[in-house]
Amino acid sequence: MKRVALLGMPNTGKSTLFNRLSGASARVGNWPGITVDLMSAKILLGGHIAELVDLPGLYDLHGFSDDEQVVRHFLGHHAIDLVLIILNSAQIDRQLSLALQIRALGVPAVLLLNMEDEAKRAGITIDAQAMSKQLGIPVRTISAKYGQGCPEALQLAAQTILQHPNQVTPETIAGKLEMDNVIEQEMHQIIDRTVHFPLQLNHSLTDRLDKVLLHPWLGLPLFLLSVFLLFQFIFTAGTPLQDGMAWLFDNLRSAALEPALASLPAWLNGLLLDGLYTGFSTVAAFVPIIVLFFLVMSMVEDSGYLSRAAFLMDTLMAKMGLDGRGFVMMLMGFGCNVPALMGTRVMRSRPMRLLTMLTIPLSLCSARLQVFLFIIAILFPPSQAALVLFSLYMVSFATIFITAMLFKDKFASREPFVLELPPYRFPTPQQIWMRGWQEVKHFLSRATKFIVIGVVMVWLLTHLPTTAVPASPETWAGSIGRFFAPVLDPIGIDTELAIALIFGFVAKEIVVGSLAVIYGLQGDALSHQIAANIDWVQGMSFMLFTLIYTPCLSTIATLKSESKSSGFMWLSLAWSLALAWVISFLFYQGARALGY
Amino acid sequence: MHLDALKPGQAAIIDRIHAEQALTQRLHALGFRTGKQLEVIRQAAFNGPLHVRIGSTDVIIRLQDAKAIHLHPLPNQTESIPA
Repeated sequence: MKRVALLGMPNTGKSTLFNRLSGASARVGNWPGITVDLMSAKILLGGHIAELVDLPGLYDLHGFSDDEQVVRHFLGHHAIDLVLIILNSAQIDRQLSLALQIRALGVPAVLLLNMEDEAKRAGITIDAQAMSKQLGIPVRTISAKYGQGCPEALQLAAQTILQHPNQVTPETIAGKLEMDNVIEQEMHQIIDRTVHFPLQLNHSLTDRLDKVLLHPWLGLPLFLLSVFLLFQFIFTAGTPLQDGMAWLFDNLRSAALEPALASLPAWLNGLLLDGLYTGFSTVAAFVPIIVLFFLVMSMVEDSGYLSRAAFLMDTLMAKMGLDGRGFVMMLMGFGCNVPALMGTRVMRSRPMRLLTMLTIPLSLCSARLQVFLFIIAILFPPSQAALVLFSLYMVSFATIFITAMLFKDKFASREPFVLELPPYRFPTPQQIWMRGWQEVKHFLSRATKFIVIGVVMVWLLTHLPTTAVPASPETWAGSIGRFFAPVLDPIGIDTELAIALIFGFVAKEIVVGSLAVIYGLQGDALSHQIAANIDWVQGMSFMLFTLIYTPCLSTIATLKSESKSSGFMWLSLAWSLALAWVISFLFYQGARALGY
Repeated sequence: MHLDALKPGQAAIIDRIHAEQALTQRLHALGFRTGKQLEVIRQAAFNGPLHVRIGSTDVIIRLQDAKAIHLHPLPNQTESIPA
């Protein structure tokens, strides 16, 4: 099978083209020696199946950034038949160097000039034929966004492969990668002879938007307002959908599953329904929010606003060892930590990405918010409720700050902050949909296994031995609660709350329900019982611990898969547990010492 | 004069780039080359990064990294740029 590598600079529409060419067949490939996910897909090329590999976006082949290293390693170790180079027509004057670098490697290549429409609007005309002659590489203008020229580009690729039947060995390429320097001059010559630039580039719309959105004083408030509105949209639109899913799963359970499984032994029935089914529906209830989140995110990401938010926040973030983009991810974490962690992929430097990923689980996500609203309503009068909730958000910010300050030296990033500011673009609905769908698929395949196993384990812990009342202190979970008592007593968390914390480890969504199971009560009776059992100091300590100790199994799984390091996952877990305990301890003992 | 001294609205010519290799390469790839003209469009609040335009490309760069770029004034409007 022929192998084609897709290569280009960041912000050239490379992923859009990949999605367009690969359709739904893309999957994450496993390449020896390469630590990042490379997507690949089987495509039809000149009547044969070929493998298309999407390499990370890069500025040149010199190999100083992580992404550049990945591409060099790939080209030097895996045989390829063709390189599809994709460049931005509107910036061809500086991007052509990449094509020349590839040509210097001697690999058959086809050059695709993307964003034809954008270049036209800017008044740039490119003589593709003349450029092809000068370069000695087939050149074709396309619009990956709208699909123009894509079938022709594939034909061109198939022809080029036929004309070069002998593969260039990876060893040859590896050798040539070592000596790739004298390209500048030739680039200037070709540009001068083949490209006509208007005297003044048409930046006007982007410029006018930037004047407002990047205003020294208005820029930040406007940005925060847009983020707030996006969250508002995600949750306003997502909550009814989530409720709808919950309703659907409840009805499916009572109408179909419970009657169907009634004849099974009680333990198997409980395991299947309360264990597996609960786990599955917990994951599924996440889906509408995740879908919306990624639809909105891919829109924001492709629009060019993210780089501008980075510009606005960079000064403050730099003091924490992070950069502007990290701030955007943290804000996302207030919705849900999982997609925020995935979003850190935009960072090129690994230490900075890890430091950002370490802070994200401390963002007060919507699932934790649900627990807090429940507890606050029980333990605090309405006049204090808003203040208590606000203070929890402040604690969330403070823990992020403390974490970044403490770990910034360990994850010191030497990467300079030089970022391209692309013009504003409006992604097509199809583009948004394809991007969002890829992410959702990724999330589901991973989260399903993890949450289902976790839920089954918690069910077993709270139902064994069979002689004990479910979720009572006599169960294994109760024993674990007693085992942790020496640690949890000093922070005011009793056995019942400790069991809820075990549930909360799987997903915070289960905490409220688990309290109902633990006390065997519902509604007002449950509230009265909890209010009778714990005072506000204990409740606050419980909330602080819940806020910090660990987000949920999905987040932990995502931490591991995104960092590709179990060690990092354990570090994050251990750090948040330790921080949670220390803060709860200080609060609980401090409040008690003050006589509360 | 270095890029970090240029004020919003001012333009100058790149004299040379003096940075460690990785940053030099990155700047080259973004279009920063000796003899090219650049313009500072704006600066973020609290002494934040610069928004620089070079050719058809807009770039944001921290002041610290902007120090690496040595400039000389435009030939025809020397008086508008402090040395």
